[in-house]
Amino acid sequence: MADTLSRVQRIIVDRLGVDAAEVTLEASITEDLGGDSLDSMDLILELEDEFSIEISDADAEKIKTVGDIVTYINSHS
Amino acid sequence: MAKRVVITGMGVISPIGSDVPTFWNNVITGQSGIGPVTRFDTSDYPTKIAGEVNDFDPANYMDKKEARRMDRFVQFAVAASKDALTHADLEDLSSLDPNRVGVYIGSGIGGISTLEEEHRKLLEKGPRRVSPFFIPMMIPNMAAGQVSIFLGAKGPNSAAISACATGTNAVGDATKILERGEADVMIAGGTEATITPMAFAGFCSAKAMSTHNDEPQKASRPFDKERDGFVMGEGAGILILETLDHALSRGAKIYAEVVGYGMTGDAHHLTAPAPEGEGAGRAMKSALASAGLSPEDIGYINAHGTSTDLNDKFETMAIKSIFGDHAYQLAISSTKSMHGHMLGATGGIEAIITALALKEGILPPTINYEHPDPECDLDYIANESRKVQVRAALSNSLGFGGHNATLALKAYEES
Repeated sequence: MADTLSRVQRIIVDRLGVDAAEVTLEASITEDLGGDSLDSMDLILELEDEFSIEISDADAEKIKTVGDIVTYINSHS
Repeated sequence: MAKRVVITGMGVISPIGSDVPTFWNNVITGQSGIGPVTRFDTSDYPTKIAGEVNDFDPANYMDKKEARRMDRFVQFAVAASKDALTHADLEDLSSLDPNRVGVYIGSGIGGISTLEEEHRKLLEKGPRRVSPFFIPMMIPNMAAGQVSIFLGAKGPNSAAISACATGTNAVGDATKILERGEADVMIAGGTEATITPMAFAGFCSAKAMSTHNDEPQKASRPFDKERDGFVMGEGAGILILETLDHALSRGAKIYAEVVGYGMTGDAHHLTAPAPEGEGAGRAMKSALASAGLSPEDIGYINAHGTSTDLNDKFETMAIKSIFGDHAYQLAISSTKSMHGHMLGATGGIEAIITALALKEGILPPTINYEHPDPECDLDYIANESRKVQVRAALSNSLGFGGHNATLALKAYEES
């Protein structure tokens, strides 16, 4: 869990240009971290590469927060 | 009545300097910015040289997230536009009405490095892996789009796309917008970043580029008998254009006045210029007419001068056809001998050089001029710049597709 979070944090920091401290489990990608719809799609692609998983469009739409990402990855990889 | 339009600022990203003082000093001292290509492996390419910009760090202009969403050609445009505003004493646009500040920046090719990268992903990993940023990073109008987003310029916004005439068309079209009173300030010019495997391969296949690989700094030799093709450069040249009234009201420093603009189509061939430079000649004639200048008023022409066999020969013929005997009196140079052919950016860069030549009273040289060509027998300011104050000058740009564009600039005089 901690490992997944740190890897997700690293990607989000890189992609969205935010501080690691802001990337908490509760943080919303669009509302708290300044991501727009293109960033969200881009992030999904990056996560698929990083964790060697495939996230369907339907599942991607349900992902709103950093915690959603971590939960999804831990239950699918 | 058309408003008078002046140049009040400039920004450059180029192989011979990415700030105006360094750039201008290199231009008038005849420095070449050409060297071996370092961006990719050129082993299988007949041409292995280019004018790369190797000191550019987007972090000096924007944060990492913004830079990641921009192709290199857009990063160049944003950087040069910011520098141009600073140069014009308009650090940001807060002192202006943003609705009266426009952007007109073109690119000949656009985000081809982004296209190559995303196409690789498509082939290797499938369509789902193509970035959502692919299209907005690649489309050539995005330089104008991102500059307006970055600077908050809400006035007229568009992009010229006319291959190697792009930058000149952008400056000319922006001037017309100001003349019509539709804006007070226009951020205008061209940008290009095509030193990539795919773009290079295409120009190599078209046999358009020099293969003087062993002496890179001598490869771009416009009007010289030994010329064998153009040498690619990259970068951006952006000008701050302003109505004279607006410039005077804020006490701006004025570099030159844009007094004329002509453009024509060859209606001839994809890549080859029309015989005897017929279309280029008509563009020069049209620029003179719109400026109300006679051929004898022109003291300097910043030529397109690509260092290809046909361009330099036909451009010379075009100048003779329009200027008659005066063709032998005026001074001509191709600064591509130094900064290379920056494609869509080149018209912006060369308009800047032409404006500085008028302001400073120094005409830049054509370097690498060693072997006279009987078919190119005009005064090309061989190898050394010349201190001469000329009153008016032209800057020519001629592009694939038969686009011909000429700007007429004048040293600023109050009336």
